[in-house]
Amino acid sequence: MQAKTRRTTRAKSIDRAPSDRVDVCVIGSGPAGALIAYTLAERGHDVVVLDAGKRFDPANRERRMEMALRPGHDFVDVWEMGGRRDRYTVSGDRFYQLNRTRVKGIGGSTLHWVGMTPRLHEKDFEMRSRYGLAADWPIDYADLRPYYAAAERELGVAGAEDNPFAPPREEPYPLPAFPPSHSDSIFADACEEIGIQMHSAPQARNSEAYDGRSQCAGYGTCMPVCPAGAKYSADVHVRKAEAAGARVVDRAAVQRLRHDESGEYVESAVYVTPAGETHAQRADAFAVCCGGVETPRLLLLSESDAHPDGLANSSGAVGRYFMEHPSVSTTAELDQDTRQHHIGFPTSESHQFYDHEEPRPGSFTLEFQNTAGSDVHGYDGGGGMGGILAPLYGAEWGDDLLETMRDRYGNTVAVSATAEQLPDAESRVTLDRSTSDEFGNPVPNIEWRVGSHAVETLEHALSIHRNIVDRIDGTITGQTDPRTPGTVAHHLGTTRMGDDPDESVVNARLRTHDVRNLYLASGSVFVTGGAMPPTLTIAALSLKAADHIDSAL
Amino acid sequence: MARLDDRASESGAFTARDLDVLLATADVVYPSAVSVTEEFIETYSVGRVQDREVYRTGMKRAIADVNAYAGRYTGTPFPDLAPSARDQVLREMGVDRVQPEPEGTVPEQVRYYLVNELLYALYSTPTGGELVGLENPPGYAGGLESYQQAPEDRPADE
Ligand SMILES: Cc1cc2nc3c(=O)[nH]c(=O)nc-3n(C[C@H](O)[C@H](O)[C@H](O)COP(=O)(O)OP(=O)(O)OC[C@H]3O[C@@H](n4cnc5c(N)ncnc54)[C@H](O)[C@@H]3O)c2cc1C
Ligand code: SF4
Repeated sequence: MQAKTRRTTRAKSIDRAPSDRVDVCVIGSGPAGALIAYTLAERGHDVVVLDAGKRFDPANRERRMEMALRPGHDFVDVWEMGGRRDRYTVSGDRFYQLNRTRVKGIGGSTLHWVGMTPRLHEKDFEMRSRYGLAADWPIDYADLRPYYAAAERELGVAGAEDNPFAPPREEPYPLPAFPPSHSDSIFADACEEIGIQMHSAPQARNSEAYDGRSQCAGYGTCMPVCPAGAKYSADVHVRKAEAAGARVVDRAAVQRLRHDESGEYVESAVYVTPAGETHAQRADAFAVCCGGVETPRLLLLSESDAHPDGLANSSGAVGRYFMEHPSVSTTAELDQDTRQHHIGFPTSESHQFYDHEEPRPGSFTLEFQNTAGSDVHGYDGGGGMGGILAPLYGAEWGDDLLETMRDRYGNTVAVSATAEQLPDAESRVTLDRSTSDEFGNPVPNIEWRVGSHAVETLEHALSIHRNIVDRIDGTITGQTDPRTPGTVAHHLGTTRMGDDPDESVVNARLRTHDVRNLYLASGSVFVTGGAMPPTLTIAALSLKAADHIDSAL
Repeated sequence: MARLDDRASESGAFTARDLDVLLATADVVYPSAVSVTEEFIETYSVGRVQDREVYRTGMKRAIADVNAYAGRYTGTPFPDLAPSARDQVLREMGVDRVQPEPEGTVPEQVRYYLVNELLYALYSTPTGGELVGLENPPGYAGGLESYQQAPEDRPADE
């Protein structure tokens, strides 16, 4: 009760009334929205950013970390996800834990992310030409290459040029790579023997102080929260956008986009404030950057006579082709100390199996974990996250507890694999009109279909895991099932890019085919997903979108 | 849903008696290899929560609950009991059979605000981590060296 009263009081003191008509209204303040807002504000445009989530005080991060580590809090509580605002439903035969895979707040889901930031490979843009699979993007790697370099500078990517499988790059990474872990060294000889090359793992984490943020301090809780601010999160660019003159309104949930009579231009974004007021922000251009689920949902919610199936949805592709990155992992025990959980991020990967000759099995990445001994993605909630703290759930204390901790900690390793899945029109985000959210809007329904391409790829990956574990004399204690793979919180494909307005939602300039001043930037514009974490590509596409918006204004 | 309480305040500080209960509980829930010092508790527990009014109130409530229970069933304040009797009081309250829950029943809150508070303070610092073989446990900003070190290079083994 107390908490509620406090929130409302605070909410009242913030002015959430709209600005006069601005140049650009950006909806969503994750990396996509934050980078667009920052770039355009820097170039002198009037920018307003609206985000459904709140501003989290960086000073509280250490306490959010404690929530993540201690039993007694749900995983989603750390960034206050869940409740009526974030309702969703699931159909199909797979449950999808949507609220564990996103954050609403200033900074978006990067508040919670791990921060791995490789580039996609050339092949990811050319799946149809190369393999006869899925579709090509309307742009290729070369088009995105300068934007990748710029995105790496903005996010502060630590990496090294020791990866022979990486696509060509023009300049070194802004920060040196994190050195490999002791755990990586256990794998190194075995991998060499069987011809697997390991290399560093590019990530948006400060291996040295960078951009006014400190060096990684080794808290080991990167996902879901970095108390040091060493892990990049998009609130960094929200602050920069504000310093450049942008206005950022938190807790401003956009309900729909309203267009003019012609149906060809969006006029305003209609949003509701915590005080229950409804406002309309008018602008010359709109950029929807709400992630791969809320972006299509906002378009579907904005249906009108001119756009009866949802705004900018003459193709019918809005919400379709929903992709994740299915993953598997293998855990093993060795008869030596493996030194897990000192840090919260991987330091070595192998992209050797990425560029394949034949269409199948498809691309996958191998990640050597430094956090083995609990779920590799940390999705087992408080306590389990830190591995060694898991016994705090149990009945024991004193010497018995220490005994259990010693039993559980020490000699585990884990290697995981993340695979590409192909786009499938029936894998989709729709509106569930039978359930409504806090504002009375239909909630998103997720139907995620994995597809046989990914399952076959993951089976192949698991056989390589077995081979590796065999070489390090490990005993496998668990392998996850490729037919019910894990998810890694990447929401892709739901407003795909393309040249053909009958098949796609946005063009190569990230502008919707149907509406002339509406741009979309998020994982939703991906045509195919590759097997790499998507956020560096999202950042690169956002910088590209900002250029196009700038020249259109 | 348990939200983070971000009210900062200095009020409701711990009394000397509260500290006695914290120390007496630590004595029971910490492994025998750890000698519980007031300084450790002051730094990693009391110090950690000093500007967290609601959390501190929870801790004080749990301290009072344990004390009241001990008084009622043994006639002796909790800190004055022998360690085995203190252990028994916690178990009779049911603290060993429940999950920690900040807004839960009395034993659930005692588990959260007292037992797990102290366990977290221990095992998220090198003092506890080292007992398990992890000098830089999750929650501790132990830098970027230890993850690279082989077991034989650990400072603790020197
Ligand atoms: C646990 C976890 C681990 C991850 N690890 C990695 C990783 O290692 N590497 C990687 O590349 N990616 C990772 N990701 C994914 C990464 O966080 C996302 O790809 C990225 O944040 C997407 O950026 P975005 O700006 O498109 O959307 P988001 O960051 O999701 O931001 C969307 C914003 O839009 C706002 N919004 C939504 N609807 C509305 C509305 N109607 N009105 C107003 N605002 C709205 C939301 O509040 C939110 O703040 C991870 C994600 C999670 C959750
Ligand atoms: S290990 Fe992770 S949480 Fe800790 S400082 Fe480094 S980036 Fe942040």
